[in-house]
Amino acid sequence: MASLSLGRLSLARLSLARLAGQRRGGRGAPLHWTDIAAYAYLALGVLLMFGPVAWLVLSSFKTQSALLEFPPSFLPFAQQEVSVPGQPQPLPLFRVTLPDGSVRELAQVRRIGIMAQMVDPKDPALEFSIPIDKREPVRKVAFAVENYTEPLAQFAFLRFLGNSVFVTVVATLITLLINSMAAYALAIYEFKGKGAAMLAVIGTLMIPITIILVPVYLVVTELGLVNSLWAVILPGAATPTGVFLLRQYMLTLPRDLIEAGRMDKASEWQIYWRIVMPLTLPALSVLAIFSVMWRWNEFLWPLAVLTKTEVYTLQIGLNAFQGELQTQWHYLLAMTVVTLIPVTLVFVFLQRLITTGIGSTGMK
Amino acid sequence: MAELRLVGARKSFGPVDVLHGIDLAVQDGEFVVFVGPSGCGKSTLLRVIAGLETVTEGEVYIDGQRVTDRPASERDLAMVFQSYALYPHMSVRKNMAFALENMGLKSAEIDARVTRAATMLRLTDYLERRPKALSGGQRQRVAIGRAIVRDPKIFLFDEPLSNLDAELRVATRKELAALHAEIGGTMIYVTHDQVEAMTLADRIVVLRAGRIEQVGSPLELYNSPCNTFVAGFIGSPRMNLLPATVTGDDGTLRLNLAGRAIAVERPAAGLAPGKPVTLGIRPEHIVMAKADADLTLTVDLVEHLGGETFVYASAPGLPQITLRQDGQARLARGEVIGIRFDPPHLHFFDEAGATLARP
Amino acid sequence: MPSGERIGLRGRVGAALGAVAGALAALPMRLLDGPMQACQRLIGAGRMPYVFLVPNFVVFGLFVFLPIAINIVFSVTGGPALFPSERPYVGAGQYAYLFDCGSYLDPNSCREDHFWRGVANTAKFVLFQVSAMVLFSLVTALVLNMKIRGRGFFRAVYFFPVLLSPVVVALIWKWILQRDGLLNAAITTLGGQKVLFFIDPSWAMFWAVFVSVWAHMGFYTLILLAGLQAIPADLYEAAEMDATPRWRVFRRITLPLLWPNMIVVIVLALIKGVQTFDEVFVLTGGGPGTATLMVVQYIYETAFANQVQNFGLAAAASVVLGLVLFLLTLAQLALARRKES
Repeated sequence: MASLSLGRLSLARLSLARLAGQRRGGRGAPLHWTDIAAYAYLALGVLLMFGPVAWLVLSSFKTQSALLEFPPSFLPFAQQEVSVPGQPQPLPLFRVTLPDGSVRELAQVRRIGIMAQMVDPKDPALEFSIPIDKREPVRKVAFAVENYTEPLAQFAFLRFLGNSVFVTVVATLITLLINSMAAYALAIYEFKGKGAAMLAVIGTLMIPITIILVPVYLVVTELGLVNSLWAVILPGAATPTGVFLLRQYMLTLPRDLIEAGRMDKASEWQIYWRIVMPLTLPALSVLAIFSVMWRWNEFLWPLAVLTKTEVYTLQIGLNAFQGELQTQWHYLLAMTVVTLIPVTLVFVFLQRLITTGIGSTGMK
Repeated sequence: MAELRLVGARKSFGPVDVLHGIDLAVQDGEFVVFVGPSGCGKSTLLRVIAGLETVTEGEVYIDGQRVTDRPASERDLAMVFQSYALYPHMSVRKNMAFALENMGLKSAEIDARVTRAATMLRLTDYLERRPKALSGGQRQRVAIGRAIVRDPKIFLFDEPLSNLDAELRVATRKELAALHAEIGGTMIYVTHDQVEAMTLADRIVVLRAGRIEQVGSPLELYNSPCNTFVAGFIGSPRMNLLPATVTGDDGTLRLNLAGRAIAVERPAAGLAPGKPVTLGIRPEHIVMAKADADLTLTVDLVEHLGGETFVYASAPGLPQITLRQDGQARLARGEVIGIRFDPPHLHFFDEAGATLARP
Repeated sequence: MPSGERIGLRGRVGAALGAVAGALAALPMRLLDGPMQACQRLIGAGRMPYVFLVPNFVVFGLFVFLPIAINIVFSVTGGPALFPSERPYVGAGQYAYLFDCGSYLDPNSCREDHFWRGVANTAKFVLFQVSAMVLFSLVTALVLNMKIRGRGFFRAVYFFPVLLSPVVVALIWKWILQRDGLLNAAITTLGGQKVLFFIDPSWAMFWAVFVSVWAHMGFYTLILLAGLQAIPADLYEAAEMDATPRWRVFRRITLPLLWPNMIVVIVLALIKGVQTFDEVFVLTGGGPGTATLMVVQYIYETAFANQVQNFGLAAAASVVLGLVLFLLTLAQLALARRKES
């Protein structure tokens, strides 16, 4: 759910110029010890902040058996296999130290106890019986793409993905529409009850969904929305954060434009969508990005209100999987990666907008 | 084109009265300028006419129809804002077409009107540009164009030239006058600049503190201001206003002006001796006199404008006096000069500042 | 750094996308022109703001104001029924049950020991998490505010986890911290023994705090960074002219001027910390036992996950939690106002 600091919002000006105005270091200045410490800290930070994500991505490409290895290898490896004439299936390839000390690559036919029966793939007639501690698997870097493709086919993963996309897109559109309407009313007009309306918006700012989980559930039940995606979309559609952000921005629009619109025979609705909305685009896009992030990552409320698998969002589905698939990390990791792809893309392209938005509004 | 009538229009914002009962009629096709110092209520009056503010009391009629309660969008008036208020996200063409679209006109008609206005205002090359990419003067013309395409009942201008530099302001002023001559609509124009008022108006309405001080043609106001406020406001440099005391009024008005006696042939107005009056004289109506001077002054400052010279001079007990001399007067600071007032051009105001009736 | 050409391309793509989005958005808006115009004619332009407020306030009303009222009703009624009128009035019974404790410092002495364990765990969690959060985000902000190369990149690195969903965050760390995970591999390589992090209550709490700081630190760093960048550069230049030592500059200039942002960070972190649920829930499930059970998880489980759904008790607990949050928010508003004046 949304939250923000009122204190900061009063200062909210969405200016990208602030980022552009960074001070640049003098190139020739000698390094102070604090500079060196700073770089060390940053290097450690990169390792600690990016490392786990990188590890997740690498791990997600490992086969099930490779995941069970300890200690784990850094890159995803898979044992090489060879087709041997006379054998119905490809056989795993090993590097074997023969009793005479020579080293050969042999394919394992079967294993009996501590002995492995092996053949030379180049000369299938030649059979060996080797103690298993004398052989080592031949491995190569291989990406287990099936970790990604199989859950797509086996589980309702695509459906979760679809649900999440639906919730995110529809909720963001509704949020943008109704929040901008309310912000417009509160920014442009003077009317009886405006103070009370503002107070009500501030009031809702203090009420996170965690506090009213049970009664919202009741309302949703009475509306017949349990196990419907609308139950996830609607309650958070009116965000006080969004109203504030947009209102603050609209307050900076010249009043003359509104009045010019009235002189130009525009109705109040037309002034809203043909004049004010296009000019509020910077603030709208910030709200859109935040809404996408909130909705894509939302957990507690969907967890409470969605109980049927077919309406699970990605987050809920993932959580359910981690219960069910305790031993099937290879699927779980791959699906986790899929879940974080959209936000990562958003981040890569809109990083500046997001960080400036947060820096200047204290919104998250 | 339309006529406008205001009857007892009063406007207050909370406890503050901004307009105290304005009665005014504007004729069809007339160019009327509201002028006054800032805070006099001229902009509020314009906004009341526009419908952007509602009157607290009184009525507004356009073409004889009562529009007091009608919102701006239904009064069919067009306004040029001080800030121009061009829609920054629309091209020049869209800016001008916006109102026409709202009126529900066909796109062919819209195109024709926009093209006509753009040609008239030399904007044809800029139609696809956004306002940000235009110069101040071009923006100003777009704002005017946005009003023209509407063919509104009345054009309203809210200090439209105040954001232009001096040179452009003079040029645009002339264009506006030409425009009015060409399209001939009813125009109401608000400004604090009396030069704009004098040059543009058919009739000037002088406002002070929410009241109309005087209404009349530019020269009426110039020649016969009804009080010291209008006298001081219209005309540049300002009229000299000098405090004096009546010593006699018997066909010759005798005054004591800082110890100097001045006599003006003038029918008796029944002023009792000892009564304070204010004597008004415009800078160009003061003549330098070697002998027979009404007053002797010491020159404080001389401004040479080439074609004319302004002389600022003072005498003990009087405010600084401004003289306008044709050509290039050879005077220097500290020089002592004698002046004479031109009797037909003297104005007299009573204690309250009202003009003493010219018999 | 992106070249000018690339920005231009991105800008053009953005503009094209914007135009398409604008055209799509304009369609429904245009459809509403007629009805809205009729509405305006009917009620007058002066009452149109109410029309604009309606959708938002319907949602607020249904999903915030009404629930607040129902929550209070829930908390003073009992029984398993969900609909308020079917629930018998029990007065302060739920609260009395919740607060029935031998000693508030010992959850075991309470009738509803899970709630008090949740309170104790949350308190412990918030204490550690907020202090670590403030410390690390301050250090990071200070470092990122230095004249270093690649500042934008490093800021992005620290900020990236903020965008990840709590489930993803928890799963990433669960994978690293599991029995045969990366961390245990590192430990054994260094000659140590494998540690079962989620079996040991202290380790579980430590990692709950660690993961939470990891995930949210970037957000608070940005707030502090904004504060640091708002400090006028000439103050530092003046200090440099006076040859002030660095630590003194920090104590006498940076810290006092950053204080308002610090307060924002502390109070926001407190408010968020008290509501902690998702990451910890997915990471530890509240375990081992109840070692990392948080208040919100208690509320969620009492109302939805337990075999007997006890809405009344959950509502009473959330009213208590709401009061705490209300006080924290008031504190924030008060501090924010003091900052402005």
